Amino acid sequence: MSGAATPPALRLRGAELAHGAHRLWSGLDLDVAPGEFVAVLGANGAGKSSLLKVVLGQHALRAGTVEVAGRPARRGDRRIGYVPQQKGLDPATPLRARDFVRLGLDGHRWGPLLPSRRTGRRVDDVLAAVGATAYADEPVGRLSGGEQQRLRVAQSVVGEPDLLLADEPLLSLDPHHAAAVTALVDACRRRTGAAVLFVTHDVNPVLPYADRVLYLAGGRFRVGTPDEVMTSQTLSSLYGSPVQVLRSGGRVLVAGAAAPAEHPHAHEGVH
Amino acid sequence: MGAVTWSDVFDFSDYGALLALVQNSLWAGALLGLVGGLVGVVVVARDLPFAVHGTAELSFAGGAGALLLGVDVVAGSLVGSVLAAVLFGVLGNRAREHNSAIGVLMPFGLGLGVLFLALYEGRAANKFGLLTGQIVAVDDPQLVSLAVIATVVLVALLVLWRPLLFASLDPEVAEARGVPVRLLSPVFMLLLGLSVAMSVQVVGALLVLALLVTPAAAALRVSASPYLVPVLSVLFAVVSVVGGTLLALGSSVPISPYVTTVSFLLYLGCRLVARLRRPPARAGAGPVAEPLTAA
Repeated sequence: MSGAATPPALRLRGAELAHGAHRLWSGLDLDVAPGEFVAVLGANGAGKSSLLKVVLGQHALRAGTVEVAGRPARRGDRRIGYVPQQKGLDPATPLRARDFVRLGLDGHRWGPLLPSRRTGRRVDDVLAAVGATAYADEPVGRLSGGEQQRLRVAQSVVGEPDLLLADEPLLSLDPHHAAAVTALVDACRRRTGAAVLFVTHDVNPVLPYADRVLYLAGGRFRVGTPDEVMTSQTLSSLYGSPVQVLRSGGRVLVAGAAAPAEHPHAHEGVH
Repeated sequence: MGAVTWSDVFDFSDYGALLALVQNSLWAGALLGLVGGLVGVVVVARDLPFAVHGTAELSFAGGAGALLLGVDVVAGSLVGSVLAAVLFGVLGNRAREHNSAIGVLMPFGLGLGVLFLALYEGRAANKFGLLTGQIVAVDDPQLVSLAVIATVVLVALLVLWRPLLFASLDPEVAEARGVPVRLLSPVFMLLLGLSVAMSVQVVGALLVLALLVTPAAAALRVSASPYLVPVLSVLFAVVSVVGGTLLALGSSVPISPYVTTVSFLLYLGCRLVARLRRPPARAGAGPVAEPLTAA
């Protein structure tokens, strides 16, 4: 896409999302520039994962528009990379690490799965970039959760997407691996220029990388730099109840926000 | 009655003449191995062995019904298994979602089949064959119908293979990448139904798993390569059916125990190979996610 102005990797205008009668958020305007890292935060049920499903074309907006790199969002847009939550793969999965990554390149294509030298080189490059070369030929189901999540990042960027969507990719990883996987996402967006929409319930692992934060809560939202959004004042007005944002040693702690269990729609994203 | 001796069960005299008689059976077995080996890989990837068993019982009911009505048995078992596959297919995407539905339908199908057989007044060998398999020579029209079904399944698998594997192993990402995950589920169930109907003709309804699950499970023990696993699975399935048929020729016992035994031995062999290659110490790397550390 050459031309005067590169369209934003993601553009939402007046977007409103609802599950039946329950409105999750509305009036959402957001432009994500190519190469930008946007963290999506908020309570369970605030519609974070649903936002990703909207971008993936799997959920329709009730109102407004959503465009990915200049074109309306649609199912199976190959310009989007996707990293899901970490879920252990079956130990008997008939894929080695490199085959697993390759599916992100051409897994959607009809026909048999045959060895390919062309895809092999690209897969090798990405494996090296995420530091997975050492276990490239290991069965993917026998790798650790941290290793599998590295491969999921590799799988999501091997097709050189314009937009990378990460849906709680750090869940069930220990802090060490969470930090490594987040750094990896950041390195990949710097390498490829992909924009990143990173859904997480914990802001701390993404704090060093996030250019902006989209905070969803109570049907409202706030967009801004982490320093603008992650304040007691902003979050208190979002939640409509007192919220304390504490900063200590470079970490942010949000206290007093509605606990997930108290929220009526704690099963957001599970459809 | 005295003890059963080796010569009561096996008699390999006139083996050459017998071989000529069962040429069709061997071809049918090879086709069945090819289809079963490939379908099995997806069955294991989607965690569907129970659905295979359920489909086989309904296929048996269909076959038994056809026997009773005096119509083509292959057609009858096809109707039964396709009906089952479609039912299971609409009930859910993953095994967990429809296991109880299968558990409900399966005994009903089996009971129906038993009823049809009880009402049937023809040859007892025909009755038994549907459940436990037969060595009755496959006649030409039967071989043709099996070949047609096999071709349909193989062509469909060839076209669907990559997205089907993707959707089976990692449905969430596959859907995000544009694989029609929800459409592939009933389509595969249909292919599974066709394969089960084929298998019922040869190994019988009770032992279909030996062809549609065991070879793939064995292959997955020794390899994780998406190229090698289907090849090994097909190889194991073909060796099981053709080898089982050849052994059964000289014997008074039906074909199915031979097929299931060969297939089981291959599985055991693969487990042994896997054990020798992957000492338990290496497995300590951990197949599951890291423990959650308290923050």
